[in-house]
Order: sequence, then C-alpha cells, then structure tokens
Amino acid sequence: MAPAPHQGFRHVMDEQDNGRVGTKAAGPGQDANKETKEMLEIRNLHVELEEEGKEILKGVDLSLPGGAVHAIMGPNGSGKSTLSYVLAGREGYAVTKGSITLDGTDILELEPEERAARGLFLAFQYPVEIPGVSNMTFLRTAVNAQRKLRGEPELSAADFLKLVREKAKALKIDAEMLKRPVNMGFSGGEKKRNEILQMAVLEPRLCVLDETDSGLDVDAMKLVAEGVNALRSPERSFLVITHYQRLLNHITPDMVHIMADGRIIRTGGPELALEVENNGYAGLLEEVA
Amino acid sequence: MAERHPRSDALEARLAACRQGLAQERAGAWVTRARHEAEQRLRALGLPGPRDEYWRFTRPDLLTAPEPATAEPFETDEPPVFDEIDRLKIVFTDGRFDPRASDDISEAGEGIEIVTLLEAGESDLHWAQEHYGRLEAAGQQPVPRPLAALNTACARNGVLIRVTGKVSRPVSLIYRHYQPQSDAMLHHLVLLEEGAALTLLENGPGAARFNTVLEVNAADGARFDHVRAQGRDHARIAVTHIFARLGCESGFSSFTLTANGRMTRNEAVVTLAGDDSTAHLAGAALGDGADTPFHHDDTVFVVHGAERCESRQVFKKVLRNGAVGVFQGKILVKQGAQKTDGYQMSQALMLDGDSQFLAKPELEIYADDVACSHGSTTGAIDEEALFYLRSRGIPRRQAENLLVLAFLDAAVEEIRDEAIANDIRDRLRGWVERRG
Repeated sequence: MAPAPHQGFRHVMDEQDNGRVGTKAAGPGQDANKETKEMLEIRNLHVELEEEGKEILKGVDLSLPGGAVHAIMGPNGSGKSTLSYVLAGREGYAVTKGSITLDGTDILELEPEERAARGLFLAFQYPVEIPGVSNMTFLRTAVNAQRKLRGEPELSAADFLKLVREKAKALKIDAEMLKRPVNMGFSGGEKKRNEILQMAVLEPRLCVLDETDSGLDVDAMKLVAEGVNALRSPERSFLVITHYQRLLNHITPDMVHIMADGRIIRTGGPELALEVENNGYAGLLEEVA
Repeated sequence: MAERHPRSDALEARLAACRQGLAQERAGAWVTRARHEAEQRLRALGLPGPRDEYWRFTRPDLLTAPEPATAEPFETDEPPVFDEIDRLKIVFTDGRFDPRASDDISEAGEGIEIVTLLEAGESDLHWAQEHYGRLEAAGQQPVPRPLAALNTACARNGVLIRVTGKVSRPVSLIYRHYQPQSDAMLHHLVLLEEGAALTLLENGPGAARFNTVLEVNAADGARFDHVRAQGRDHARIAVTHIFARLGCESGFSSFTLTANGRMTRNEAVVTLAGDDSTAHLAGAALGDGADTPFHHDDTVFVVHGAERCESRQVFKKVLRNGAVGVFQGKILVKQGAQKTDGYQMSQALMLDGDSQFLAKPELEIYADDVACSHGSTTGAIDEEALFYLRSRGIPRRQAENLLVLAFLDAAVEEIRDEAIANDIRDRLRGWVERRG
C-alpha cells in the first residue's frame, strides 16, 4: 500500500468531498433540514484538564454523518480517550473553546444522562465494576431511565426480559452473567461483550467505542466486532477509537482519522489504517511536524 | 470514694425510676431472684461513663438519665416491614404486651412454646428459671454491659420461647411506640433444644427510650436466625443487647436494619461454645443528621471457644449531614479454638464531609491455627461508578441511590431467607429513594 500523499491537518476539511466529512459552516442547532445534517459535529474543540489546566485537545474538528462508521486512531496520549470522555460528559474536563453538536443540538451543557437519552453511548475502555448492582438491574434501570427522560413509557418486566435475553444470546452472554454484579469478576472479553450488550439494549444513535479491542484476544475481538456489525444501520453512527488497526479488520470504517497531540492530523479512507499498521505513527507525525 | 458518688447517685436514680413500673407486679421467686442478682451485678459495674473503654465513642447520658427524652412517633403511610411474611405476631406497645393486637401465643404451633415474662414470672417455678439472665451475666466478662444488667433487673416483660422442633413460621415481635415519653425495657429468652430451629423477627421503635435484651441459647445442631428492623422515629433512643451461646454444629445469624434514631447502641455478645458452630452478624444503617442527630453504634463481641467454628461480621453504614457511626467489633479466639475462621468487616459510606465514622476493630487470638481477617473502610461515592451509570442514562440522584443500595446489600445478603431479605431490600429502596 502506497502512503497517501502528504496532507496537513489543515486540509482535513476540504480533502474529502463525498459528503462524509462535513464542510458546511452552519451554526449548531439552526438547521431544520435533518436530512443533510451531520449527526455529530465537533468544531474546533479545545479541552483542558480541570485540575492541572493542561490542554489535551487543541482544536479537534470532526463530522460524522448518520449511518457512518469512522475510526479515530492515534498514538498513546494523543487525546483519543479524552475526546470520548468529553463526548460522554465526564467531569474533570474544561471545554475552553469550540462546540459539539449531536443532531444539531449543543450537548456540552447537557448532563451525561441527558446525552445518553439523546442517543449517545460510550463503550468504555475500562468498564467499571459495580459491586452489589446486578447486571440485570443496571440494564433495566438504564433502559427505563432513558425512556423516562425521553417521555416514553417504561418497559414492562416481561418485555425487558425478552429484549435482554434476545440480545444477550447473540453476544453469547449467558443468564448467569446477567445476574452477576456489573462487570464483577468478568474477564476482559466478558466486560467488553457486556458493553456491547448495553449498546444493543439501549439502541443508541451514536456509539463511541473507546479502545474496545484493548485486552481482547482474537476470538473475543471477533465476537465484539460481530456484535457491533450487527448494530450497524443507516440510523446509527459509530466512532471507533483504537490504537491498533486490527479491530478495523473486523469493523470496516468508512473513514479513518489520525489524531496526534490533541488534533486530527490526517483523514482518509480505510487504507489509512493500514498505512499506520505498516509504518507506525512516527512517519505520520513527522509529516505534520 | 468521693469520686464514685455522682455515678452511684445516678445509678440509684435510674433504678428508682425503673422500679416504679415493677412495684405493682406480682413476681414469683425465680424472677425476683434473677432481678436481685442483676441488680447486684449492676451495682458492682456501675452505670457506663464516658471514660469507659467501650463508651468512648458513644456518650451514655441519654441512656442512663433517669427520665427519657421526648420522642414523637414517626408518621408514615408505608406498610410495616415483614407485612407480607407469614408469621406469628406478638405486639408490645410502649413496652406493654398487647394481647388483642397479637396472635394467640398459647397456640404457637408444633415444636414451640411461648409465654410472656410477665405471665411466667407469676409462678414460683418455671423452665426459664435455669436460663433467664444467665447469658447476660456471663456476657459481662471481659467487657461490662451494665445496661443489660439494668434490663434484667428492671424489665417487666418480654417473651420466653422454648423451641423443640424445626419451626418454619417466624415469630415476629412488633414494637409500637405511641407515648412521646415512654421508657420501656423488654427481656426475651429463646431456648433452642437439640436440632431445633427458629426465625425471630423484630420491628418497630418500641418506645421513646427502649432497652432490650435477647438471650439465645442454642443446643447442639440448633439453628437461630434473627432479622430486625429498628423503628424510624427520629428522636427515639435505643440500646439493645443480644447474648448468644452456641452448641456444636449450631448456626446463628442476626441482621439489623436501622434508619433514623437519635441514639442507637446495638450490642451483641456471641459465644461459639461448641465445635463446628457458625455465627453471622450483620447490620445496615442509614443515617441522616439533618433534622435530628443520628448516632448509631454497633458493638460486637464474638468469642471462639471451640474448634472449627466460623464467624462473620458485616456492618455497613451510610451517613450524611453530621450523622455519626460507630463500630466496635472484636473477635476473641480462645486457646484451643483451632481452625477458627473469623471475618469482620465494617464500612461506612459518607455522602458528605460532615459525617463521622469511628471504628475499633479488634482481634485477640490465643490459638495458633486460625484464619482471622478484618477490615474497616470509610469512603465517598465512587465517582467512576457514578459516571458509568450516568453515561447509561441513569440520572445522578438515581445512580447515587443505586450505589448506596449496592453498598448496603453486602450486609443484607447475610439474611438467609430470601423473602425476608427482599422485604428488607424493598424497604431500603423506598427509604433511599425518598431520602427520609
């Protein structure tokens, strides 16, 4: 695979003209025409760690249309996970500049639970263990809390059970795992499958997968990828954050963004991931520098 | 000796106040003797004072004052705990047995015999005379429990239960509180014969100030399970004592749920006297000091006196707005108590920076082949877990409640009966969600 021609991050916005990377300058939340609207728009996002005041994201621009799968790759410390946390609304980060809109709505002022109810889902790199809360209770509480926030009626116990069993079966998650406390004593693979189960049950519109491949062997990764692929649909978009290319063999992205030092430095097709795989990040970073 | 005067004056004043209720009762020889002996013990011990080792974290004044402080009954529309459980109900209102509100205790069923202390005490001879007050007396060593001796000396009523078979229907003691200045003492005795089994439930505040003693003597192969929900009156004051002695291969469990209460001291002294016996003690307390102070003290003493016994202590407290939690737990492994398996865990979840948790875990081991572990932690809500839950659409407050309930559940899990455990869980969920 020949390396892609030199492209500075400055060119990111205009290098693609296939409608997948947005270039329009319309302000957030003002576009009534949803058809042409990007699902996720990140504009010139600057983020600092609240306590240290250290800038982690230094002007991220990214557009993700409905139904698309975009990958974000980058070396350690490039800001990938920070971006995922800021999207989900984790505390401890200060957005100093820029905006994030989901379906035209500015989400930066929204609580994490409100973002979730609007269809944003973050699959954690390190899913949290919660002793004493059964996986089943957790899922039911989450489903019904989201429905409540959206003004929809709660699911009956029977309907919920049916839904979970069906989704769990596809991910080879047995009933025993559903009864256990959330992620407690789960293997790395089980934790990630549990993330995908939550995604399948909550049916988000935008799925952010933060290093979902980390700590997985090949078989576990395949299972997770199958779960993700089964959820791909024209109404649902994915932002797949990964350090390695291997996950992208199983979840084929429409676009690949390379992130370094808090910015997107390159954007291209799936072949960009292979370039990284073959040459590492060093070459790309040099080009930018 | 001059120094002793204030405390012995206080003791006489306390005793005089207690005796008022007893004067008009007819009491048989055995009960009179037991009371007299307890009074002797109490005089030797004196009332507890703030300098006593086991009263450093809990001021005894409210418990030792001659008159109780006022406590208004708690108004609630929620059904009483254990409402859905099929059980034999025995009701005490402000410390007085209420036969009309109770089931017929003379027809308690196969394998169980129940009589009130008041009734049994009228006869000069009774099966209980060999047992009543004995475990309390034995439990005064090595740590004095003067308020338990006070109880034996003064309690005018309670239930005496002899269990000869495996009883499946729980006996339920219901403690109602109406009088804002009631001062009640109840003394119960449960005697389990070889292979017998009983579940005892207790719920309700009992009185403005309530002092209880529960003596449990379990013969070989017997099983005793105890679940208690202490009343929710904000200003109520309670001191409770459990004294248990366990024979070979017998099993004992006790769980206490507490929410509200200006002052609660729950003492338990459990002696594993027979080989291969087990004792599990647990408590879940939920305290909010916003409107009324909340002070909750678990003082537990487990004695391993035989081989291959297992004991567990799991105590959890959730504290906010200046609430105070105390845990004093001890495992004493006597010489020769080999293969002992002792576990002790006390944890507090602090929902703000105002609350206090004072813990004194102790191990004292004189045998060389034992496994004993203990731990005590104090912490805030886990922010990682909170964010995880919120990221799934669960609002902050609801997510916090879920984590609070999960924290307490490790204690609730110690309840052996699933239906009773679920009843306690439902109750806790309601309280946590309403925060009050």
